[in-house]
Amino acid sequence: MSNPSSGPETQARALAPSAPAVVPAHCPHTLAFHATSYRRFLWKVVCDATDGSAWFYAWMILLTAFALTGLHAWAVQVRDGLVVTGLSDHVSWGLYIANFTFMVGLAAGGVMMVIPAYLYHDHEMHDLTIVGELLAVAAIVMSICFVVVDMGRPERFWHMFPVVGRFNFPVSMLTWDVLVLNGYLGLNLHICGYLLYMRFRGERPNPRWYVPFVYLSIFWAISIHTVTAFLYSGLGGRPLWNTALLAPRFLVTAFIAGPAFIIVLLFALRRFGGMRLTERPVQVLVNIVRVTLLINLLMVASELFTDLYSGGAHTASVHYLFFGLHGANALVPWIWSAVAMGLASAVMFLRPGVVGHPVWLTLACVLAFVGIWIEKGMGLIVPAFIPSTLHEIVEYFPSLVEWQVMAGIWAWGLLILTVMLKIALPILRQPHPVVP
Amino acid sequence: MNRRTALKAIGATLGAAAFAQAIAPLTQWTEDLTIDDYLQKHYKELSPFDLGVVMARMEKETKEATGVDVHIGDYRPQPGVKFGYALNLSVCVGCRRCAKACHVENNHDRPSGNSYIRVLEMQKGSLDLAKGRVNYDHAVPDAEKFYMPVQCQQCDKPPCVSVCPVEATWKEADGIVVVDYNWCIGCRYCEAACPYHARRFNWKKPEVPAAEINPDQGYLSNRLRPQGVMEKCTFCLHRSRQGKLPACLEACPTGARVFGNLLDPESEIRWVLKNKRVFVLKEDVGTQPSFFYFFDV
Repeated sequence: MSNPSSGPETQARALAPSAPAVVPAHCPHTLAFHATSYRRFLWKVVCDATDGSAWFYAWMILLTAFALTGLHAWAVQVRDGLVVTGLSDHVSWGLYIANFTFMVGLAAGGVMMVIPAYLYHDHEMHDLTIVGELLAVAAIVMSICFVVVDMGRPERFWHMFPVVGRFNFPVSMLTWDVLVLNGYLGLNLHICGYLLYMRFRGERPNPRWYVPFVYLSIFWAISIHTVTAFLYSGLGGRPLWNTALLAPRFLVTAFIAGPAFIIVLLFALRRFGGMRLTERPVQVLVNIVRVTLLINLLMVASELFTDLYSGGAHTASVHYLFFGLHGANALVPWIWSAVAMGLASAVMFLRPGVVGHPVWLTLACVLAFVGIWIEKGMGLIVPAFIPSTLHEIVEYFPSLVEWQVMAGIWAWGLLILTVMLKIALPILRQPHPVVP
Repeated sequence: MNRRTALKAIGATLGAAAFAQAIAPLTQWTEDLTIDDYLQKHYKELSPFDLGVVMARMEKETKEATGVDVHIGDYRPQPGVKFGYALNLSVCVGCRRCAKACHVENNHDRPSGNSYIRVLEMQKGSLDLAKGRVNYDHAVPDAEKFYMPVQCQQCDKPPCVSVCPVEATWKEADGIVVVDYNWCIGCRYCEAACPYHARRFNWKKPEVPAAEINPDQGYLSNRLRPQGVMEKCTFCLHRSRQGKLPACLEACPTGARVFGNLLDPESEIRWVLKNKRVFVLKEDVGTQPSFFYFFDV
């Protein structure tokens, strides 16, 4: 993040170029005008993204180092094969797909900012929706990266393109996922890019060019996580996934992880980015997490009841996950820590005064976030493969390469998020939010 | 140029160098990847001539890499044929010679001992797979047990085919589900979808000593597989489509296996389906297998 002391200076730069006065909405410009103006905007974006305090550079260098380490691990994996992971024919998806699933949720959760702002006309939230949408962009890029690193032949990605490849639409859920993820990425890039460009121009954004897209993005956010849930719940051979509750559970966990991340992010932006932050948006986000945390616990308990009360062979994965099976119990510590984190964060969030205690609130958010990450990964993707469809028990332990690649993609995502926020912050620091 | 710009330039240069170093393994990997490989079309889109060129190229590459002369053929489904397989659980003794024969016939990776067939040693009185074991290591048969080999069921509603995002796997007219190894992107969604653990992924490049390579190969079956793609049982289509029997059947010492054309009323498999107590595995998941199990009594 940029140094707080450089705030006014950056702000001055932000306001400086070309248009000094606010031009009324619907004021037409020629294409030639935009060609020049947009070039100036892009140049400012590049300058803002690469200029900052020593802390900013240190942070970026750290993230780059992690990202490059991950890139190297992935290059080794492509050369030597996925044999360098802990995966096998029995457990054929692991850490990568777990993170992919979680990231789709984070992206969907990012728009929880948008719903109060636009559906309920909460104008105080408008500025912060950009933060949520930028998070969604970074999270979608990360989820796509997690799919790519999971591919055995990543260079053949073009086989998935319509026309040149063979796009198995509408039969394969994975093709639906490709469509909704890329569509969501495009939507959010358009909304953020348009609003920031208009701010840069000092003009009032034309609602026609972004409000319909904002509403579309709300429905689209739900679609990305529903489609991702259908990837799994449509498989009759995997009883752990083959449940109608999976899509609702995905949405609910998304609306825990997304707002929890944004709360912490807003605190960080106030601390390091000099962003104005009133209590109200945080209060709205806390209310969302309060409700969704409890719904999630209820859903987990409901599924556990169905599985454990009735019993039978199709509940073997749940037994393995929570209690171990025939002496194999690698996932037991994971899931119980997720349960503990979920319960602890629920208790902390339910305290009426939690909004007034940033440290406790941050801790509660981190617990909720990590708890969901485990539940979606080690608690959902991996146990569906254990025992296998022929009831063999082969356990899964992520290899060092997988952890490196994962850390690399997380660093890459944070790098993208940092750069985007760095560009957006000078604009967000302006005294008056643009109200459409 | 001021100090800040100079530092930025140095930083960018160092970053670019580190980036090049990080992706270095990719350049080692691409040494084997020719442009023809990369741009090769889907099996179904190759004209007979193009397919001939591709197969000749593959034979040449195998010769260069291993010194072995192999023949890769393109064996198409015969009209009026739908293959079915049946297995007599009353006589299977669990010797696993079928799995071994599959391993040899299909040029499987030697170190992993890969095979399309897994033989479950089952508890008498139960069809619960959870009560079966695949890693038994005593003299067979055990009088208290029965044995159930499981391989691809060549389902009529194959979930593995529906989930594939790039149509790299499909069901052919004679009922055999195949994979185009040169089109598969290695996402392993089909492996997650299969209820029978019938698919195998090439986690690394399969290793077969030159002297052990089976030179009679089919484009869609037992040719040497590339790294990072999915493969599966094809009822040995390079044999069965030429009127021969699958390798697992030929290897079976007890005659537990019956293979044939489901559309031919005179075939042995039709006789089995008509006269024996037949069932399919996991009927409840709705995959409609063409692989049947039966008991004599």
